[in-house]
Order: sequence, then structure tokens, then C-alpha cells
Amino acid sequence: MGAGFVSLRGVNKFFDDVHAVANLDLDVHAGEFFSMLGPSGSGKTTVLRLIAGFESASTGSISIESQDVTELAPFDRPVNTVFQDYALFPHMSIQENVEYGLRTRKVPRPERAKQALEAIDSVKLSHLAQRLPHQLSGGQRQRIALARALVLRPKVLLLDEPLGALDKQLREEMQVELKRIQREAGITFIFVTHDQEEAMRMSDRIAVFNAGAIEQIGTPQQVYEKPESTFVARFLGVSNVFSDQVAQEIFGSPATVNIRPERIKLVAPSTKPKADERGVVGTIIESSYIGANTIFLIQTESGQRVIATRLNEELPDQVNRFVTGDRVGAVWKSDHSAVIPT
Amino acid sequence: MLRLSRTSKIILIILVTFILTFMYVPLLVLILNSFNQSNISSWPIESFSFTWWEFAATYQPIRTALLNSIIVATGSTIIAAILGTLVAFALKGYDFFGKGTVNLLVVLPIALPGVVTGVAFSNTYNNFLSPAGFNIGYFGMIVAHATFCIVMVFNNVFARLKRMNPSLQEASADLGAGLWQTFRLVTFPQFRTAFVAGALLAFALSFDEVVVTIFTAPPGVDTLPLWILKEMSRPNNATVVNVVATVVILISLIPVFISQRLTRAQDEGK
Repeated sequence: MGAGFVSLRGVNKFFDDVHAVANLDLDVHAGEFFSMLGPSGSGKTTVLRLIAGFESASTGSISIESQDVTELAPFDRPVNTVFQDYALFPHMSIQENVEYGLRTRKVPRPERAKQALEAIDSVKLSHLAQRLPHQLSGGQRQRIALARALVLRPKVLLLDEPLGALDKQLREEMQVELKRIQREAGITFIFVTHDQEEAMRMSDRIAVFNAGAIEQIGTPQQVYEKPESTFVARFLGVSNVFSDQVAQEIFGSPATVNIRPERIKLVAPSTKPKADERGVVGTIIESSYIGANTIFLIQTESGQRVIATRLNEELPDQVNRFVTGDRVGAVWKSDHSAVIPT
Repeated sequence: MLRLSRTSKIILIILVTFILTFMYVPLLVLILNSFNQSNISSWPIESFSFTWWEFAATYQPIRTALLNSIIVATGSTIIAAILGTLVAFALKGYDFFGKGTVNLLVVLPIALPGVVTGVAFSNTYNNFLSPAGFNIGYFGMIVAHATFCIVMVFNNVFARLKRMNPSLQEASADLGAGLWQTFRLVTFPQFRTAFVAGALLAFALSFDEVVVTIFTAPPGVDTLPLWILKEMSRPNNATVVNVVATVVILISLIPVFISQRLTRAQDEGK
């Protein structure tokens, strides 16, 4: 079969009339942190559930470590899942929850207690082992869900938006923690999220999903700097996409071109762009100070809007700043823009 | 919570007191009269004794009727518990043609007049099964009771299953449990209290049922409520009837009480 550790070939999934996954090919490498990123309804969670075995593919095949698992039930697949709502068993103690997978594998009682307590200890919650899930906070439950899956040493760990319910600070701590666990255990992580920053922070590679298909697969840098579609450019961060007539005016050719707001410099309108630069002239119609950055919205005479963000390296009143209503030149280096293939 | 004015509170309290008095004073009089020394009910009671309780405890027809009631209630509860749970699972877990109809058909017997159910079963047994050589007899009474007992188990279990987090079963499968293991270790513990509560209600419902029983009890077989009904025509035995009625009240009330406690404990546990 495929070259990947986890491989999907020609996978389709229909829910009644909805084509949730469309003719998907995907290869995830051994030991990598792989993210599936996309808006809700883009099929990323369905793909995860297909790999876990909770859904069966309408057509196509799925293999894990060269073994065809397309027809296998979830309990026969070498993968474990961390659920979005954690899915801890409410009537079992934390320790019983973590022991559950060992119990179904008929590990003797003393051995499974030992392994479970080690796993609970590794997420630093030993003191809560005898509690019930509802007595734990969201972040603690999240760690237990992780321990419950990892105690089985799966070859692949599937994570379905596991940090979605946590507050921002805790989420960032867990991102670092997850990345550390993944690196140390050497397990392949397949991580579903709709948060592009989260995906870029942790992943080795990202697959960007749209309407049941993958728009692009690449390293965080590749998908951010060289988006292969307008959708990818817009979904990962803020972007300026110039096409058709506008592109013709600026670049002299009708290609679709993407330029990131942070690459755009603001200069006096009379300044001529250098040889290796491109630019437009317009009026600032809005500027928003958001702490680390200021976001400028500029409108050209032809009506094209350009977003530029500038890092606030100095105190705002200590530099000569542009304000709303000013006419400015927005310029960028030619090699900072990327042509989007159409 | 809706806030009520002082006047409306007072009116409500008076109203509720009035209604509860009307409901429960007759029961209280009945229970007190079961300790009446006299063999007919009277008020005020002149002397109390356990005479009729002792009589009832040793009187063979009453003991037989009690045993019948327990057998019928237990039998129909077991049938209802199994079938009600299976139906609840089918309706919760699967989509199929006629699902809404099946749901209605399961719940309908509780709304059907007992006399209709009774006549229907009686006709089926006597004019259809009997001539064909099937003498269903005692078991027919159990089956007839089970038809409306199913509703109790079904409603309770179905409501609980609907609130159950579907990812729990997926998590169990994900952690390597087969179908039976998942049911035993995860699914059943989730609806166990609802199941027991429903079964207790079914038992109580069957235990004090009269109308369907009249039509389906084989000749010469009495349940406790049937025995009471027959004795009512003999005023000289009124106090014994009161004793039996008190027993019926207790045996019906206790399961309902436990069932309510279970349901409440479960709701608070979430």
C-alpha cells in the first residue's frame, strides 16, 4: 500500500447526501506531529473518525503501518483517541479510567494498577487518582484523557480538538506539554484543530481541509508562506490576495498574488518603490492599536483594500506615526509575495 | 423561579392542603380501620386490635392471592424490563422505517382503557388461542400486564440513553473493549438506575392492577386486588378487606418511593 505510516487512498465518505470526505489521499509519516486544520464541516474530524474506526469509509482504503485496517473495528486498530469532550467514564475513578484499556487487554490487576498510576503520575495528577471525573477541572480531565490513551503505548494517537474547551493560558501550556510528550514518546500524533496558530505552533506538517478535501499539505512555513490556494492563504492568518485587474496594475500580469500584512511597510506616498519592491498608494481608512501591533486598513484609488500590520517597537507617541486619513505608500519586497496557482 | 405574591401563596397553600386532605384522609381511615376490633368499618373506632391482621396472615385465600399478585407482578416486570430496554436501545441507536410508529405502539398501552385491553386479550385467549389448542391460562395474565409495564421501563431507559454521551461507547471501543464488554462496563452502569427505577414502577403498576386482571385471570385465580373486589360485596368482612388494602398500598408505594429516590440521586450525581 502507501508510503505513509498511516495511509488513506481514495477515501470517500457520504452521510446521506452530504459528501463529507471527497476522494482523499493522505500519508502521515511515522513519529510526526501531523495536524488536520480546517473550518467546521471541512471533513477533518470525519477523517479522524475514519482512522479511529468510528465511521467506515464509503469507498477507499486505510492502512496503518502497512496493515489494511479498512474493515477493522475500533477495538482492533492500533490507535487511541483523545476525545474533544474527553469521554471519561463518569462512574469510574480516575485510576479505573486509566486502567480501562489495560483491563480490556487482560493485563493482570497489579500490573495494570502500576502502569496506570505511572501514567497518572506522568501528567502530575497522582493525588487525584481516586477521584471521579466530575470532581476534576477541565484541564485535569484533559490530562487524564491523555494518560488513558498513552498508557496503552499506541502507535498512533488521534486527538480531536482536545484543547478546544480550555481557556487560552491553559491551552498554551498544554500545547507545549503535548509537543513534549509527542517528542519523548516518539508516537505519531494526528491532531484535529480549527485554530491555525495552534496547528502551526505544534505541527511538523499541516493538512489544510476545505469542503471534504485537502487543499494543501506542508510544513507550517510552507502553508503560510507559499499557500497553494486562496482558501489556504485566507485561512492561515490574515492575507492580502490580489487578483485579476489589481494584479495586472501592480505586477503587470493577471496572476493571483498573496502578500502578508506584516511584510508591508508604510512609506510617504511620494516615495518610489525600489527595484526589488512593489507597492500601491492609498489612504488609511482605519488604524487599530492592538498592543503588540497596529493594524492599518488602506484603500487605493481604484477601491482595492490592503491590510498592513506594523510591530509597535517603540512607544506609540515616540515615533512619527501614520494616522487615519493619511495618504501613504504601501510597499513590499517582490520576493515576499507569493503567486497562488489557479 | 417565579416569585409569588403573599396572597397567592396563601391561596395556593390552602388549595394544596385541601386537595391532599381529600386524597389521603380516606386512605388513612382505611389503614386505621384495618386495626378495628369490629368486623365492619366504623367511625370513630371503638377498640383497636391486630385480630384481623392475624386472621389475614393465616387465611389461605388471601395468602394465595398475595402469592399470585407477586408472581404476576414479578413475571410481567421481568418481561417488561427486557423488552422495554431492547426497544429503548433500538429506538435510540438506529434509524429504521416506521421508527415513529414503533415508538407510539410501545407507549400506547398505558393510554388504552384497561377494559379495552382486557376484552382484547380475553377474546384472543378464549376465542382464538384456546380453540387452536393453546391454553395460555395463568401466563396470559402476565403477558397482558407486561404490555403496559413495558412503557415504564422503556420511558425511563430511553430518557436516560438520550442523555448519555455517545462518545463514551466510542471511547470504550477505542480502548479495546468489544461490544459485550462495552455494554457491561460502560453502557449498563450508565442507565442502571433508570432501569431499576423503571422496573420498580412496572412492578407497582402490575401489583395493583384490576381491570385487565378481571378479564385475563383464569377461573378461580385471584390476585390481591381481585380478592378485595370480590369481598366488597360481603360487608361482614370489611375489616379484613381493609387489612389487605393496606398491604396493597404498602407494596405499591415502596417501589415507587425507591424509584423516585433513585431517579433523584441519579440526577444529582451528574
